[in-house]
Amino acid sequence: MSVVTDPARPAVVEAPGKPPARRRGSFGFNTVSPREKVVRYLLLAFVLLITIGPFLWQLSTSLKGSGEDIYTRIPRLLPSQPTFSHYKEVTDTIPVLDYARNSLVVAVLVVGGNVIGASLAGFAISRLQFRGRRIVLGLFLATLVLPGEVTIISQYVTVREFGLANTLVGVALPGMIGALNVLLMYNAFRALPLEVDQAAIVDGANAWQRFVYVALPSVRGTISVIAIFAFIGAWDDFLWPLIVLTDPNKYTLTVGLQYLSGTFSNNPRLIAAGTMIAFIPIVIVFATLQRFFFKGVEEGAVKG
Amino acid sequence: MRYHRWFTPWVLVIPALAWLLVFNLWPSINTVILSFTNARPIGGGYFVGLKNFETLLHDEQLRWALLNSVIYMVVCLPFLTVLPLLLAVLVEKKLPGITFFRTAFYTPVVASAVVVALIWQWILDDRGLVNGMAEKLGFISGPLPFLSDQWLLLLSAISLTIWKGLGYYMIIYLAALGNVGRELHEAAAVDGAGPLRRFVHITIPGVRGTMILISILISVSALRVFSELFILSGGKGGPGGRDNSVVMLIQQYSQGFEGNLGYASALSIVLFFVTVVPMLVLARLNRRGAEA
Repeated sequence: MSVVTDPARPAVVEAPGKPPARRRGSFGFNTVSPREKVVRYLLLAFVLLITIGPFLWQLSTSLKGSGEDIYTRIPRLLPSQPTFSHYKEVTDTIPVLDYARNSLVVAVLVVGGNVIGASLAGFAISRLQFRGRRIVLGLFLATLVLPGEVTIISQYVTVREFGLANTLVGVALPGMIGALNVLLMYNAFRALPLEVDQAAIVDGANAWQRFVYVALPSVRGTISVIAIFAFIGAWDDFLWPLIVLTDPNKYTLTVGLQYLSGTFSNNPRLIAAGTMIAFIPIVIVFATLQRFFFKGVEEGAVKG
Repeated sequence: MRYHRWFTPWVLVIPALAWLLVFNLWPSINTVILSFTNARPIGGGYFVGLKNFETLLHDEQLRWALLNSVIYMVVCLPFLTVLPLLLAVLVEKKLPGITFFRTAFYTPVVASAVVVALIWQWILDDRGLVNGMAEKLGFISGPLPFLSDQWLLLLSAISLTIWKGLGYYMIIYLAALGNVGRELHEAAAVDGAGPLRRFVHITIPGVRGTMILISILISVSALRVFSELFILSGGKGGPGGRDNSVVMLIQQYSQGFEGNLGYASALSIVLFFVTVVPMLVLARLNRRGAEA
C-alpha cells in the first residue's frame, strides 16, 4: 500500500486502544467520532422515514377499523381499533389468494428457467472453445440496447401464435432465459482461473463434470443474485401480464390489484389490505435472502 | 486443443440461444413488419403501407406522451444521479445496524410499482396524508389535485419514480465506491482535505464511469415509464389523456376490439428511437471524457 504523505504533516499512526488525536472537521477511516456517528444515524433515520414511512402508513390504514376516521387532519399511525377484517373482506370478494398463487407459479418458472438456462449458456460461452462463440456472445450483447417494451407487442403476437395467450405459461415463457442473466453468468464464470479447468482436465473431468463440480460451486453469489432478481422481476411485473391475460381468474397479483383498486375505490382500507397482501411476501423473500444479495453485489454481480 | 466434443457447447447454449431468437430477435424484426399492417389483437390484419406512420404524425396524444417523457427524463436525471450517490456514501461505512438500513432503503425497489403507486395514490388523495397535513399546517386552504391535474399528476408520478429508484442506484454506486482507492481518501485526509472536498475531488471522479452508466439507465427507464403513470391516473392517462407515456399508448392499442397491433408496433418503433438518443449522447460523452 502506498500512502503519499506530506513530510510536514506525517500520517497519524493509530495506536490500538487509544483514540487518535484528530483535527476537527475531518473524520477517520477505522474509527468514527461520536459526533459524526450521531449525524450519520440522524441522516439514516431521516432517509428511513422517507423510504419506509409510506409502507407503514399503508399497513396502518389496512388495520384501522371501519368505524375509525382515516381522514383525520392529524395523522395517527397506530390504529385505535386494530382489525384484520379488511384482509378477510378482500380475500372474500376477490380471489387474491389465487392471484398470489398465479404470481408464484410465474415467478418459479422464471427463476428456474433463468438459473438453469443462463448458467449453462454462460458456462459454454466463457469456458468452452467453439466456432461461432464470439457471434453468440455478440448476439446476447446486442439485445441489451433494446428496451423490452419495444418488442412487447410482437412478443405478444409470438405467444399468441403458440396458443399461449391468456395463460400463465404465456406470461412466464418470454422471460425464462434473460440475455442479461446469460451475460452475468458469462462474467462470473470468466473470472475463475483457467488453471482450475486445466487441473480438472488432467484429472479426466469432462465438460459436464467441470461445469457441475468445478465451475458452479464458485459462482453461487451470482446465481443467487440472478435468482432473487428473477423472482422480484416476475412477481412485480405488470405491463406484460396485463397484455397477455384477459381472464380475471388467471390474473397475477399486480394485475389483480389494479382490478381491485377499481372495485374498491371508495374504501382505502380495503385497497391497503390488498397491497399489503402483495407486498409482504416479497419483503419476506428479500429480507431472508438479502445476505446473498449484498454478497453478490460485493462480488460485482450487479453492474446495472 | 479442445477437451470436449464439438457439439457439447452447442447443447449448453441452445436453450438460451433459442429464447434469444424467438423472444428477442424475431420480435424486433416482426415489430417492423407489423408496423406496416393493421393487425388486430385477436389475429388477422393486412398490409396497409405507411398509413400507421402517417397517423403518428397527426397523433396529438403521442405529442403529449413525448413531451411528458422528455419532462420525466429531464426531472429524474439530476435527482437520481446525485441523491443515490449521497445515500451510498451514507451507508458505505459499516456502522452497527447498517445492513438493516441498506435493506430498508432498498425496499421500495423490491416492491412492485403497482403496490407503491397504490400507496402513493392514497397518500396523495384529496383527503390523504399530504393534503390533510398541509391543510392542518395552514399551507393550503383546499386540497391540491395531485391526481386530477395534468401537471400535478405528472409531477406526482415523477416523484414516485425518483423515490422508488433511490435504493436501486444506491446499490450500484455502493458497488462502485468499493473500487475507489481508500489510499486516495487517506492521503487527502492527511493533507487536510475535509469530507466535502474529498467527496468532490476523489469520490465523484472515482465513480464517474458509474455515473454515466446510471444516467443512461435513468434516461432510458424514464422514457419507458408505465406503471406509475398508469396506476396514479387510474389507467386513464389523466385529463383528456394528456398524461400518457408512449408505453401507455402502446398498451392501450394492444387490447380490445378497438386495438390495433399495427399502430402499436409503429409506436414501439418511435419508442425505440426515443430511447436510443440518450444512449448515444451519453456513450459519446463517456468516450470524450475517457480521452480527456
